Amino acid sequence: MTGGVVTRGTVVIDVERCKGCELCIAACRPGVLSMSEELNTSGYRYPLLRPGCTACQACHAVCPDYVFDVFKYEQPIVYADEPSAEPDAGDTHDPAEVH
Amino acid sequence: MPARLMQGSDAISEAAVTAGCSFFAGYPMLPFTELLENMSRRLTGPTGTCMNAESEIEGVNMVLGAAAAGARAATGSCGQGIALMQEAIAEAALNEVPFVVFNLARGQQDYFQATRGGGWGDYRTITLAPKDVAEAVEHTQLLFHLADLYRSPVMMYGDYLIAHTYMSVDVAQKDYGTLPAKDWALDGSLGGTGHSRQVWTWRMGKANDPGVGPDRHWRYIAEKFERIAEAEQRHESNQTDDADYVVVSFGSSAPFVDHVVEELREDGHRVGSFRPITLWPFPEAALAAATQTAKRVLVFEVNAGQMIDDVRLSVAGRCPVTFIGGVSVDSSGMRQGDLLTVEAIRSRILEAIEGD
Amino acid sequence: MSILPTDAPPAGATKVAATKATLQLSEDHHLCPGCGHPVAWRLLMEVIAELSLADKVIGVVGHGCYTNIVSLADIDFLQCLHGRAPSVATGVKRVHPEVAVFTLQGDGDMSSEGLQEVLHCAARGEKITCIMLNNGVFGDTGGQMTSATVVGQRTKTSLEGRDPERHGYPVPVAELVSRMPGTAYVARGAVNNAGSIAKTKRYLRRAFEMQTTGAGFTFVEVLTMCPTGWFLPTASGPEYMVTTFEKTFPPGEIARD
Repeated sequence: MTGGVVTRGTVVIDVERCKGCELCIAACRPGVLSMSEELNTSGYRYPLLRPGCTACQACHAVCPDYVFDVFKYEQPIVYADEPSAEPDAGDTHDPAEVH
Repeated sequence: MPARLMQGSDAISEAAVTAGCSFFAGYPMLPFTELLENMSRRLTGPTGTCMNAESEIEGVNMVLGAAAAGARAATGSCGQGIALMQEAIAEAALNEVPFVVFNLARGQQDYFQATRGGGWGDYRTITLAPKDVAEAVEHTQLLFHLADLYRSPVMMYGDYLIAHTYMSVDVAQKDYGTLPAKDWALDGSLGGTGHSRQVWTWRMGKANDPGVGPDRHWRYIAEKFERIAEAEQRHESNQTDDADYVVVSFGSSAPFVDHVVEELREDGHRVGSFRPITLWPFPEAALAAATQTAKRVLVFEVNAGQMIDDVRLSVAGRCPVTFIGGVSVDSSGMRQGDLLTVEAIRSRILEAIEGD
Repeated sequence: MSILPTDAPPAGATKVAATKATLQLSEDHHLCPGCGHPVAWRLLMEVIAELSLADKVIGVVGHGCYTNIVSLADIDFLQCLHGRAPSVATGVKRVHPEVAVFTLQGDGDMSSEGLQEVLHCAARGEKITCIMLNNGVFGDTGGQMTSATVVGQRTKTSLEGRDPERHGYPVPVAELVSRMPGTAYVARGAVNNAGSIAKTKRYLRRAFEMQTTGAGFTFVEVLTMCPTGWFLPTASGPEYMVTTFEKTFPPGEIARD
């Protein structure tokens, strides 16, 4: 196997409670959070997650709105690299493989 | 307990300890200072805590905290010191924390300060004005009871004479009836159960158990004071049934006025006297009844005219109300001056009678 | 890379951090985007729970945006007058010495209105923990200058920036407290990033631990972001704190004098 993004954790994001402060974006150590284009019902953009989360909980630590539940996988998931994908692609994909 | 000859400050502090006061905090301010000194001797170890606070504001807020935690707590001061405490007294009236304030005044009868508040919000302060040390002892215990009964701060209006006069008194515990348990008091014990406690003037409650909020809560407080006004008026009247002249006074002034009224009665004048024992709630109906036959009501107080406002409200224009008091302070500024004498009071009453 | 679903708990994973702390009754609040106070709230609730103090703690809270912790946290609270919390907490602690008592106040509450209260408490060595959330501004009333506003900081009452000639200098409350004979522990933390948040939690824990051993007065200052009061875009709060606030209020445990 070549490539793949090892993902040790993930988050559940309460999109409606988010106030779009973006502090989680800066805090995320593997840099897997980015802000949406869509708005929640309060008019704020909210974070989106890409593969590579390490369950470091930095997002949970800095979030003023208690938006994140953080989970650690029993077995890390590896998501296949997608060489032509733009960072802003909105599609969700199932994980390609589990190591 | 046999009666003992005691100085007023000692008698009040002993009566407070008998009443179960276990937290006292204050700032030195004559003539309240001896109360603080006494309590610092009496409240040590298991009997309680006495704090010589660094300011009146800190003292009264310590008392508020102790009382919110369930202790019977008290403070005191006078004049400028009471002025500093007004914010906390109002706060406690609005967040329903009971404590006693011993207002031992100086040369000025600061009636407005005691009864008109000066704090914030729609609140009142039950204020008892004893005429002598014996009554001050009785009022001390009654005040702790009333504070707990109504969950509100209450005040004793005393003064230099009360603090420094010796009288034979009995400070034994009095029973004013059972009180509900203080299950609202903070002790931490309900933390984590979903029913933790909250003391807050705004009564917003908890996220899982919202409170009524400030609007409903402050209306409830105002209604509570209306109920207190109905239930707790106290007064004393002497020979008013047929009086042409009724002299109204309060606190230490009253025994002087009563003495003069006795003398004038012996001289054939139909004079009577009346004093509110509760400065608030002021006994309006009782005063109106006591002045039914009077052709003039005279108000004696050692100030520029403060209680006279409440007297006028009670008399409601049925007959003229004349001020026969005045500002009068001794050379030290600590106690009332020459106006508080039998001779001066007698001459002012006669002047009013002769003027008619 | 593709966006992953984040709307439901995943299979094959353990939750390691939850939106709500154990003692937290609700996640809902009305504080501004990017405010540092809710992070401090969470740390406080976590420390109290981890030290098993929930049924042995009473909080005395001043006036500010942070006051709503009184509704959000499932512990006993007294909400008191501006500046007076250390005095009120003194009364509470003297009546219940076995209970952990803390104050939670802003810089406006403690360093402006209530400076003498906290200094006297520290001098007396009252066995309470005072916590100051310091964002250098009266946030709740719209953003005026406090005794902690730093030189150059713009507020509604120092629109061209705090000028020592006109407005004087900020008061270093933590340093003053560290000079008081009764003080057992002083620290200053911040909530601008995950690392400082972790340190701040340790400072709070230490302060409460020392209170329960009867060591004396403990004090933790927590620098919090207020992008609204600082006239900044929300995401710029943490950087402003580091480049501006931390120069006047350096984080760390402060040595007792």
